[in-house]
Amino acid sequence: MSTTTPEPTTAVGKAADWADTRMGASKLVREFGRKIFPSHWSFMLGEVSLYSFIIVVLTGTYLTFFFYPAMGELHYDGPYVPLQGVEMSQAYQSTLYISFELRGGLLIRQMHHWGALLFVAAVSIHMLRVFFTGAFRRPRELNWLVGVGLLALSWAAGFTGYSLPDDLLSGNGLRIIDGIIKAIPLVGTYISFFLFGGEFPGIDIISRLYTLHIMIIPAAIIALIAIHLIFVVVHKHTQWPQAGNTERNVVGEPVLPTFAAKGGGFFFLVFALIAGLSAFFQINPVWNYGPYDPSPVSAGTQPDWYIGWADGILRIAPGWMEFYIFGWPISMNILVAVIIMVGVLVGMAVWPFFEAWVAKDNREHHVLDRPRNAPTRTAVGVAFVVWYLVMWAGASGDLIAVFFHMSLNDMIYIFRFLFFFGPIIAYIVTKRICLGLQRKDREVALHGRETGRILRLPHGEFIEVHEPLDPHSAWRLVAFDSPEYVPAQADENGKISTAEKWRGRFSKFFFEDRVAPLSKAELEAAHAHNEGHGHHLDSEGNDQDGQGRPLPH
Amino acid sequence: MSSKEHTVTSDELDVNGHTNPGLPEHKPRLTDTYPEIERRFERQVAGWFVLSMLGTVLFIVSFIAIEPGESYDLMRLSNTLLGLGATLALLGIGVGAIVWAKNLMNDHEVTESRHDIHGSEEDRAIAVEIIKQAKEESGIARRPLIRNTLIAALALAPLPAVIVFRELGPLPGDKLFNTLWDQGVRLAIDTGGIPENPRLLRAEDVTIGSVVHVIPENIHDGDHALDEKAKAAVLLMKIDPDELNEDPERADWSYDGIVAYSKICTHVGCPVALYEHQTHHLLCPCHQSTFDVTDHCKVIFGPAKRPLPQLPITVDSEGYLVAQSDFPDPVGPTFWEINTR
Repeated sequence: MSTTTPEPTTAVGKAADWADTRMGASKLVREFGRKIFPSHWSFMLGEVSLYSFIIVVLTGTYLTFFFYPAMGELHYDGPYVPLQGVEMSQAYQSTLYISFELRGGLLIRQMHHWGALLFVAAVSIHMLRVFFTGAFRRPRELNWLVGVGLLALSWAAGFTGYSLPDDLLSGNGLRIIDGIIKAIPLVGTYISFFLFGGEFPGIDIISRLYTLHIMIIPAAIIALIAIHLIFVVVHKHTQWPQAGNTERNVVGEPVLPTFAAKGGGFFFLVFALIAGLSAFFQINPVWNYGPYDPSPVSAGTQPDWYIGWADGILRIAPGWMEFYIFGWPISMNILVAVIIMVGVLVGMAVWPFFEAWVAKDNREHHVLDRPRNAPTRTAVGVAFVVWYLVMWAGASGDLIAVFFHMSLNDMIYIFRFLFFFGPIIAYIVTKRICLGLQRKDREVALHGRETGRILRLPHGEFIEVHEPLDPHSAWRLVAFDSPEYVPAQADENGKISTAEKWRGRFSKFFFEDRVAPLSKAELEAAHAHNEGHGHHLDSEGNDQDGQGRPLPH
Repeated sequence: MSSKEHTVTSDELDVNGHTNPGLPEHKPRLTDTYPEIERRFERQVAGWFVLSMLGTVLFIVSFIAIEPGESYDLMRLSNTLLGLGATLALLGIGVGAIVWAKNLMNDHEVTESRHDIHGSEEDRAIAVEIIKQAKEESGIARRPLIRNTLIAALALAPLPAVIVFRELGPLPGDKLFNTLWDQGVRLAIDTGGIPENPRLLRAEDVTIGSVVHVIPENIHDGDHALDEKAKAAVLLMKIDPDELNEDPERADWSYDGIVAYSKICTHVGCPVALYEHQTHHLLCPCHQSTFDVTDHCKVIFGPAKRPLPQLPITVDSEGYLVAQSDFPDPVGPTFWEINTR
């Protein structure tokens, strides 16, 4: 192969030449080495998701070397005395072996569980960040859909893994899943028998969940993560609105060396966090629960946190929601949990397209919205978070009632009330807060920052000194996207279609209450006004007029 | 870096008529200005990396020194020391790298321009040309017979992949309607798991106010004992007959104030394990469905709809409690075919 570059002489040079002539490594380094990533703490949430997933894959792979995903019965003869002689499945027995006899086994097991909890949490919070900042807008709608898929897969990965040790707690969780499946009209009973290989619990479910948990679901997650990251490269990262950041640039740190050092270091920090949690905080002590037995159950049990909202719905929904049509049962008291979970995923998936349609906004957005500058979206998001938290807390209704010495029934009534009214209250309050913050931004941009310094003028008037913002700080207060209410528009035939009427209604809902961003003219007028009064102070605190001359006293 | 600087026209930067003032002036850090502070950070970073090495050593030493299987306490100690070692080993590298990056590496912000995501006009034209050429060379548009049969074949081909899943399990049949309980089957005490020799229960063993967890004596008769237990688990309670509010039709389903109800919640199947002696309520610990034992376990609160099915019981000639029949109603969660027999 002919090359015009001089022959390498150093060892590093030779190695680099070897790699380049086989992989085209220099092109990769050129392409990615100085790629720019904006730096902000909120952008680390996606990194936490990725890193905790890697850690879960590493620890999970180790666990597969020792775990037996089988439900054959045997009698325990290991070192944990309380369970000696007890009949249990191979899955549960091997989990006890990992926990008690394998050196480092309990640590790895706990890291796997803590890592999984952190993974789902990080994915969830990362999606909230993306939602509240409008990062899902064009051109990133597809990547948002990939994210919705990853969220659903993270639940599936968590739940299939949670059930594997075949302990009493997870077995009851599986039984609840069986009850939910049986509630599905027409096909529920069949799905249940196919999933469990016959009646619950059967002897197949652990090995089937195992295949899903260690192969199908992780493979799907890895594939979606790959697509997710390729999209990040194609789109380049979004950035916060601040001076110097535009829709046509990206400002931040180059991959080599700064971002790689920070990101790589952060991977180790997440790893250390999970290791530290696993060293000092016990998670899922299956030996306390005993092997699965369909008859006993312990009170005050909690599912892993991400299943909590589904469990909460099952507790909040009243029994009369189950009804019969010609004798065929429609168990809405149970199905409502499925409907809400699927509905939330569908709602998330369509949101970017819905919002773009309502706002008639087909532009690319690379500069993020500050949440206050999209008051309706932010209010809808907070309403959803409150709704989710009500359902989630519902799964702890019994514990909360005991803790506060309340009636359990009253607790459920409170949750039923909050299920409907919590989100409405949250919506109204959040929207008012956003509009208020926008007005404050406007005020600050117009008149400057309140310094808290009270000045008495020669004629006796007291004023508070306002310090004008420098243009860099003022920029993000005045330069933001603010869609306006666009009423339903007639098409070329002069007709207003039904869809357009609906768009108009939604547009009114979204954008009628609006604090307009400051125009340049308003800002200049305000500055002129301030100059007229001349109530600015220079850095030494001397009273100045607009031109920096001391004021005549 | 300056070569990457995107020259932006001012109208691209304008938002709401305001002109973007551009990046603020870079402020040097202490490490940029004072060499002694720079050296201090250098030592600090190295210190973190040394801490990491110590953590690794701690992990290896604990791994060799402690055999966790000996006792519960040793297991906990092993976990704590291994975890501490791993935490320090990872934390040292992580903090060291970040302190290094934040304080010693270049912190000038770099600007890169964004490019159009879509291809150029030329790219698009060539792409369209390639697709056209493929269409032409394959003749897929000109040969509808081939195209349509291919579509039909592709649509049908996945069906075998669906149909093989029929083998995942047997059809439900009448399994959800039957349990091991039958006429004359004796009640045995549920001592946990599947007992080898179930202990039987006499009527006089049950005192007023007591609650007994019960399984059928023939629990080993089914294919899988756990499957049978999952359907047949029963709660037995003895209540002062004056407090029982029995339906005349079911008056002979109880014996001397002893009533037996399915322990499997009619909501989603958790064991209804909590009995309140004062109120005679059964409470499901999973979702708080509450059943009134004195009123044939009707639902008085919570998400369940159907009452817990009652097992008709009596005593046999030897004084043992026995079932009169199977449960007249299906046990466990509601399912689609529940009213079909």
